[in-house]
Order: sequence, then C-alpha cells, then structure tokens
Amino acid sequence: MKKPATFELRLYVAGQSAKSLAAFANLRRICETHLAGQYRIEVIDLLKTPALAAGDQILAVPTLVRRLPEPIKKIIGDLSNEERVLVGLDVQPVTV
Amino acid sequence: MKKNMHPAVTPALRKSPTGIIGLDEITGGGLPTGRPTLVCGSAGCGKTMLAMEFIVRGAVESGEPGVFMMFEENEAELTANVRSLGFDLDRLVKQKMIALDHVHIERSEIEETGEYDLEGLFIRLGYAIDAIGAKRVVLDTVEALFAGLPNHAILRAELRRLFRWLKNRGMTAIITGERGEGNAITRYGLEEYVADCVITLDHRVTEQISTRRLRVLKYRGSAHGTNEYPFLIGERGFSVLPITSLKLDHAAPAERLSTGVARLDEMLGGKGVFRGSSVLVSGAPGTGKSSIGAKFADAACRRGERALLFAYEESSAQILRNMRSIGMDLAPWVKKGLLQIHASRPTLSGLEQHLVAMHDTVRAFRPAVVVVDPISNLTLERSEAEEKPTLMRLIDLLKRQQITALFTSLTTSGSGTSALEDSQVGMSSLMDAWLLLRNVEFNGERNRTLHVLKARGMAHSNQVREFVLSDAGIDLVDVVLSEDRVLTGTARVAQAAHERYATEVRREDHERKLRQLGARRKAIEAQVAALIAAGEAEEAEVKFAIAQEALHEKSTQQNSVALAERRGGAKSVHRPTKGKR
Repeated sequence: MKKPATFELRLYVAGQSAKSLAAFANLRRICETHLAGQYRIEVIDLLKTPALAAGDQILAVPTLVRRLPEPIKKIIGDLSNEERVLVGLDVQPVTV
Repeated sequence: MKKNMHPAVTPALRKSPTGIIGLDEITGGGLPTGRPTLVCGSAGCGKTMLAMEFIVRGAVESGEPGVFMMFEENEAELTANVRSLGFDLDRLVKQKMIALDHVHIERSEIEETGEYDLEGLFIRLGYAIDAIGAKRVVLDTVEALFAGLPNHAILRAELRRLFRWLKNRGMTAIITGERGEGNAITRYGLEEYVADCVITLDHRVTEQISTRRLRVLKYRGSAHGTNEYPFLIGERGFSVLPITSLKLDHAAPAERLSTGVARLDEMLGGKGVFRGSSVLVSGAPGTGKSSIGAKFADAACRRGERALLFAYEESSAQILRNMRSIGMDLAPWVKKGLLQIHASRPTLSGLEQHLVAMHDTVRAFRPAVVVVDPISNLTLERSEAEEKPTLMRLIDLLKRQQITALFTSLTTSGSGTSALEDSQVGMSSLMDAWLLLRNVEFNGERNRTLHVLKARGMAHSNQVREFVLSDAGIDLVDVVLSEDRVLTGTARVAQAAHERYATEVRREDHERKLRQLGARRKAIEAQVAALIAAGEAEEAEVKFAIAQEALHEKSTQQNSVALAERRGGAKSVHRPTKGKR
C-alpha cells in the first residue's frame, strides 16, 4: 500500500435529486479526507446519458463504482456512512 | 384506491395476443393490454420460454416491439436457448424489434450505505423501451433482485413503483416469479403488486413421468379457463393444449368413410364410419387391432387423403414390414407424403405431453384420418379420472377438425368376455363406434372374431364375424353357428361341410317323398276315373231303362187309342193323354 494506485471512481446519479447531491458531497468529503490526490471522480447523470446505465450494470441510484483499482466495486446509497464507504472502496482510513 | 382505478381504465378490456398456441384460447385473446401479468412457477417450468415467446411472437406476428429484461440468463445464453426453437433473436435485435438487457447484480460487489432508489433500473428500461418503441416488456425474474439488494423494504417499494410505472406507460408486461414455499404464489409476494393477471406454471412428476401444466389463476375483468392445462415446450415452442374442447359443439358430417375392409363396412350399415367420428378397436393381444388400424390408414391414402399413424408399440419400419405380410404395402403412401408414421415410446412423456405432441403434428400435417395404435399404452397406469378428460381433449381436438380417428386398445384379460368389455368402459363412452376383436379358442386352434359393439347413428350388424388375416389381406367371414356355439377356423369349415352333406341328404329325402306322393296321387286319380266310369255306365243303364219304359208306355197308349178308335167314340180319352205330354 506504499505505492497506492489511483482510484478511478464513477458516481451515477439521476438528475439533481437530494440523494444525488448528498452522495456527491459525501464522496468528495471522504475522498479528500482519505484519498487526497489519488482519486478521480466522474459523475454520470443517467437522465442525460441513459445508455450508460447498462454498461456498469446500474440499477440503484446513486451508485458509486470503483473502476480502478480492480476488481470493480459498487457502493449504492447516498454514501452517508463513511466507514462503510471506506470498506466498500477497500481504503485504509487515514487516522488523524 | 387501487381498486377504484380499474373500472375507469377501459370499458372493454383490450387483449394482446401472445401468439402461443392454446394460451390465447384460454385467456380469450391474450394478456391484458397495457397491464402487467405475473407468470410464476418453480425452476425449470418454462417461465422464461413463455415470456420469450410472448416477446418474439409479439414482434413477429403482432408487429409489437418488445424489451426483454433478464436478471438471470445473459443475452448470449438466452439467444442460444431460443435459437433451438427457431427464433433468431440476433436478427430481431438488429431489426430493432427486440431489445435485450441483462441486469446483473453481484451481491459480493455491492456495498450499501444510506438512501437509494432503483431509478437506474427505470432509466435503463425506459431507455430500451424508447429505443425501439416497445409495446411489450418482460422482466425475467425480477425476484433475483431480492438476492442482490439487501434492503428489501426499498426494493418492495421500488417494485411497486415499477409496476405502476409500466402500467402508466401502457406496457403489456410479463413479470416472472419463482413459486413460493407452501401455498405462496411467489416467493417474495409479487402477486401483491401485479394483480391484473396471474398465470402459474407447474412441472409435476407422477409415476416417473413428468407433465407440465399451466393455469390462469386470475384475470381481472375477463373470463378465462380456470382449469389446469397441460403444455409442452416442443420443437415449435410453447404450446398449451387448447381446451374449448369440453364444449361438445362440433359439426357432425353425414359423409361416410370406408374402413378399408369391405365386409366391415357392410357391418357398419353398409357404408363404413362417419367422417369425423372416433372408432375404438379393442381386443386382446394378437387379435389384429394394428392390422385394422393400418388398413384404415391405407384406405384413406387410397382415397387420396392424408393419414397419420401414431405408433406406440412398433417402429415405422416394423409396421411397414408387418403390414406387407398381410398384403398391404404402405411404403408408397409414405413416399408420396400421404402417410406419416410417428413412432415413439409411450413412456417418453406423460399422456398430456403426448397429446400436445399429437396436436402439434396434426396441426402441421392436417390429416383426414388419424390412427393411434394403441391408445391403451398411453393411458397405462393412469387413473380413469385423470385419463378421461385428457382423452376427451384428444378426441375433441380431432373432431373439431373433422378428422376421423381410430384408436386401438389392448384389453388386459385374455379371452374373458365381460371383463374385457368392462376394462374399456371409461374410454368407450367417448367413442362413436366400438369394434371388439376376440380370440376364440376351440377345437385345438385359436381364431379371431370381430363384432360391432356399438356404432352411433347407424344401423349396424349384430353378427359375430370371423376375422381372417392372410397374405391376401383382411377379410371377414360369416361364422357358423352350431348348437349355440360360434364355430370358426377349421371347425367352421368342417361344420360347413357337415351341413352341406346334411342338406344334401335332406334334399334327397324330400325328393323321394315327393316322388312317392306323385305316385299316390296318380293311383288315386286312376281310382277316381274308374269310379266315374262306373257311375257313367250306371247312369246310361238307368237312362236306357227309362227310355225303354217311356217307349213301352207310348206304344201301350197308341195301342189303347187304336183299340178305342176301333171300339169308337174315344175322343174324351184321347185328350188328356195329349195334355200330359
């Protein structure tokens, strides 16, 4: 874990719903805290690009997909529980 | 609130045909248009197949594009599975008549945290629907989501929303579901959300033979058949046995068909059986049932009609060979395409499955005559309650298409008399004519007899005939009766000879008696003549005496007149004598 891979994250949302906005805010906060400088977030609004939903097998919204490092991981929900998001992303929490 | 919605939808319920043989008949036209239908059943009972046919036939036959969203199989698997049934999914997908979407969720990949909904699923489905302008949607098996998503409360709420959403979009949808434990229709209670139409599929094994059955459990706002109907996933896909059968309203043509055996036709009112009727030929082993069946088919081919022979005992090659031995060559008919022989093992599947298979074959071949040899093998070890409705369906199916059917049936007891008939009672009430073949063992040999037990709507012979199979073919010969016994075979021949001799003797005797009588008559006549002659002689003598006397009297008178004249004044004496004369 000394040379951590870049986290390539994709957040699927549907419009500007409360859950979507909450998820994005939560994700930014968690990443800044624990993965500063090692991550890239791509937000995909399925209302605009519905064709992309099938590609990552998206059902639930919001869904966070960890595309890199492999294997692919998915976290569904508004990411309000930081601990579980970290477990889901397989990220060692940075202890302050 | 939900209930109030329905009456307002449409006054007359519109239906979308599934294109599945039989199912549209049961449902009176198909599934409710613009509403979801729940199809549930245990694993491997054909849910996916039914749903797939609904989509494919909808696209091909009704011109309605459809979305097939699958949660278990993937596109490649599904395409491969249905290709064997002759559906080319790839082509339909390219033509934008069908959209396939495989929804896959791996529980292990998913972590859940906080609030979410299934908007992603809605978006995907909506996108697929819009892409091809779909009218039909299948969700196969949406319950897989319960395994993938831990929060069932959210899932249930979302499914409820999904079904309502489908309805609002006017999608005619099939949602499949796994059968639940015990009496539950589905494992996760989907029937609570999809309440318009519920169809259950079942796959049961009885007596080691499996039978698939379908039942329309519920169809809101529409009449439907409520029975269980056997169905088959065959070469041409899903087919449910049509059931309008129990109606008894088929036409009854007066046309008669020859059975192929002239003497048998003679026994059946001289013209054979009615077209569209069903004939049962029952008998012990080796009584010649198959031969009669084959002859019946042969006769149809001779008339230029198509005949279909279902054989459950012999292979088709064996039938051809065996029938050749009694001077019947069926091979040319097979070559000409007039005769089809379908030989299969009766234990291959249940009676219902055989029936559906028969139905499919009959539909494809359109024969005028169907021979089932023997029907008893199919009904083997079946309770009558179970077998009778099924047979009724078969007979009805044939009757409605005015196909004349001949069923042979093997009776269990060998040469018993009443037991033999008893064993067939259940079946016979469905039959229009019943020929009974019997073995008669007497005088060191066994011979076959045939009689017509019943023949509805025609004057038929009450006589027992001997049934003779030879290389010249099938023939019926009058039996000889002697002292309350029916004589057949050599005994018949011997008895006939005996009777011929006896007749001869009697004839001689009669002639002799006649001759005697003639002689006596001649003697009497001679006597009569003599008597008459004697009488005549007597008469002549009497007449002579009278004449003599008269002459004498006359001469006496003349003498007396002369004497009186001589004596004078004799006028007074003369006159009275003259007056007397």
